[in-house]
Amino acid sequence: MKLTSTTTRVAVGLLAVALPLSMAACTKGGSSSSSGGAGGGELTMWTHNAGNKGELAAITQIVNDYNKSQSKYKVKIQAFPQDSYNQSVVAAAASKKLPCILDIDGPNVPNWAWAGYLAPLEGLDGTLSKFLPSVLGKYDGKTYSYGYYDVALVMVTRKTILDKYGIRVPTVDQPWTKDEFTAALKKLKASGDFQNPLDIATSFTGEWWPYAYSPMLQSFGGDLINRNDYKSAEGALNGPKAVEWAKWFRGLVTDGLVPLKSGADPAKDFINGKTAILYNGTWTAVDTRKAFGKDTLFLPPPDLGNGPKIGGGSWQWGISQNCSDQAGALDYMKFAAQDKYVASVARDTNNIPATDAAAAEVKGYEQGGENQLFLEYAKKFAVLRPVTPGYPFIATEFTKTAQDILNGADPKQALDQAVKNIDANQKSNGYFQ
Amino acid sequence: MSTATTPGLGADHLAHVAESATPAVHRGGEERHGIRRALGVLVRIALCLVFGLPLVFMFVSSFKPDLQIFSDLGNIKAFLPVGDISFENYSGVFGRVPFAQFMMNSVIITVVTVVLGIVVNSMAAFALARIGFKGGGIVLGVILATLIVPFETLALPLLWWSNKLPFLGPDGFTEGWLDTYQVQIIPFIANAFSIFLFYQYFDSIPKELDEAAKVDGAGWFRIYRSIVMPLSGPAVATVAILTFLPMWNQYLWPLMAVQSEELRPVMVGIDYFKQLNTSWGQIMAYASIITAPVLVLFVAFQRAFINSIASSGVKG
Repeated sequence: MKLTSTTTRVAVGLLAVALPLSMAACTKGGSSSSSGGAGGGELTMWTHNAGNKGELAAITQIVNDYNKSQSKYKVKIQAFPQDSYNQSVVAAAASKKLPCILDIDGPNVPNWAWAGYLAPLEGLDGTLSKFLPSVLGKYDGKTYSYGYYDVALVMVTRKTILDKYGIRVPTVDQPWTKDEFTAALKKLKASGDFQNPLDIATSFTGEWWPYAYSPMLQSFGGDLINRNDYKSAEGALNGPKAVEWAKWFRGLVTDGLVPLKSGADPAKDFINGKTAILYNGTWTAVDTRKAFGKDTLFLPPPDLGNGPKIGGGSWQWGISQNCSDQAGALDYMKFAAQDKYVASVARDTNNIPATDAAAAEVKGYEQGGENQLFLEYAKKFAVLRPVTPGYPFIATEFTKTAQDILNGADPKQALDQAVKNIDANQKSNGYFQ
Repeated sequence: MSTATTPGLGADHLAHVAESATPAVHRGGEERHGIRRALGVLVRIALCLVFGLPLVFMFVSSFKPDLQIFSDLGNIKAFLPVGDISFENYSGVFGRVPFAQFMMNSVIITVVTVVLGIVVNSMAAFALARIGFKGGGIVLGVILATLIVPFETLALPLLWWSNKLPFLGPDGFTEGWLDTYQVQIIPFIANAFSIFLFYQYFDSIPKELDEAAKVDGAGWFRIYRSIVMPLSGPAVATVAILTFLPMWNQYLWPLMAVQSEELRPVMVGIDYFKQLNTSWGQIMAYASIITAPVLVLFVAFQRAFINSIASSGVKG
């Protein structure tokens, strides 16, 4: 019976450990389950910046300033990791636990507004008139969000590379044409000096695909949906221009100009010399400049027939529909929209300031500054992703279709199928009216 | 070879019989045996490499700067601690996430779920396997049927219910379990697979032991506590390990049900490093730290784990 008594003692011991732990656990958890609301003048704020020290510090500073500036409301920050932020928000919305103030990825604003997550920013039109159009989240004629910054897509390379192979340095006014771009890539490939003549970061997932590659489609003259009424993608996503884009896109891989699957971190591959030209966001500027200094070039995307295009709209701030103190949330939003805060967030995130006054305060974005061209790209080439609640579905469908095309699917058939699916979704949701 | 069909005789025995037949056959058999052993060793080495190298890569990379991790890819250096080696990634991890808090949360959630899971599931299995009651077979069938329902299907209804459930705590009755520890523990205590494993094991213990205990005046709880559970060590070890692993790796549910940083488990913490400029070295350092407890536990319990899977898994 030795085994019996020993095992019994172990079992009783384990239970003795588990029960107090579970009691302590439940007690601790139970006391912290309150959600965003007006209780006691506290306004809960959610942000996607957990782990992103720069941006979180800038937002925390704004909140601290606001809390000190008045005594009626106290804003409390809850930070979530970006990779899982949307799931957390959607889950909270399903259980009606959204906070009062939250940040949103720009293209999701129409969907979240339509779904009743967001409330319009009433009375802030004057304050927001100075912001870049691409950082304002609008739906159905109302503004639901504003952002402190935008980002731009650029072709990152080195002047010494272009000079060595006799490739012209393109400018905002004279970007590469499609033929010029293709010839440059072929020249780089023929040199044998690079594993990838061009890396378009196909290893990135999620929103990157529509953000990065739908501008190429638009530069050919196609689009994700017809923007006159946002009812159908017929002709826009499967018309002759779109098919031409799809063939060209696939051709980049079959001609060996672009890897089918990029490395886990294309910017690191560029810095390590594996890649000649990197298609990426301006967030790579700090690391690439650190590696190559003034030799680094941030070029405009090529004109593929319909002018150069880049994606517009980044993270923005709004207030939730179920916030029980809308006036308090709006008061914070107005306070936080000051130019000095736009400048501080843009500075700490190395992104494009959303107002001209803020740009003048941020080093690099002043007149003649090294980053001013990013602002110029955003102003001249940015195209917002379709402003329809159906966008998340369109984005998923486009991503799948673009991946299929890169992997060898028939371009016309793949695009037709995408149009069929998008149109069915728009219709089944009553065109989101 | 009539012996080939004799039950209980393995390939080694057949080789031995053949060995004594003729010297030529003896030599051929020995050669075949040698080749088979060599192949077996090669397969084992290959399996060790397939499963071990990713861990080696993770651990080695956790000491390298990001750029070096990528420049070492594609050659043997990726698995060697060479180049610019430092603890910088580890200090970066501690500066970026509240690691101690996440670790403590995971330990609490996992230990409580494992212990309560062993108690609750073994009791349920005991009732089904030993007490026997009308409809017990149907109950077992229904429990087993839930195994085919993936958690993702249940997640949203579970979230909805978790938001509505009352809870008696220090503040009296409150509505909603979201953003608490209990929402990360209680839904995972009862587990169909654990009940099944216990049921299989309990069913194999001779029922005469119950009869003898009853004669001595023992009740069902006494039989469960003093006879059946002490004889079920391997099943307890298996259930403990099979509950521990998914609980330690919980990701989707905490994302949905927990908002406060002070209640998050370790797995959610890995998302803190996935920014636009991802810190790969820090990801590797963080992954190394959170994998260590799992590896230690597996090494400590592997004998019990293998024994119990081999015995309870094959029965029935």
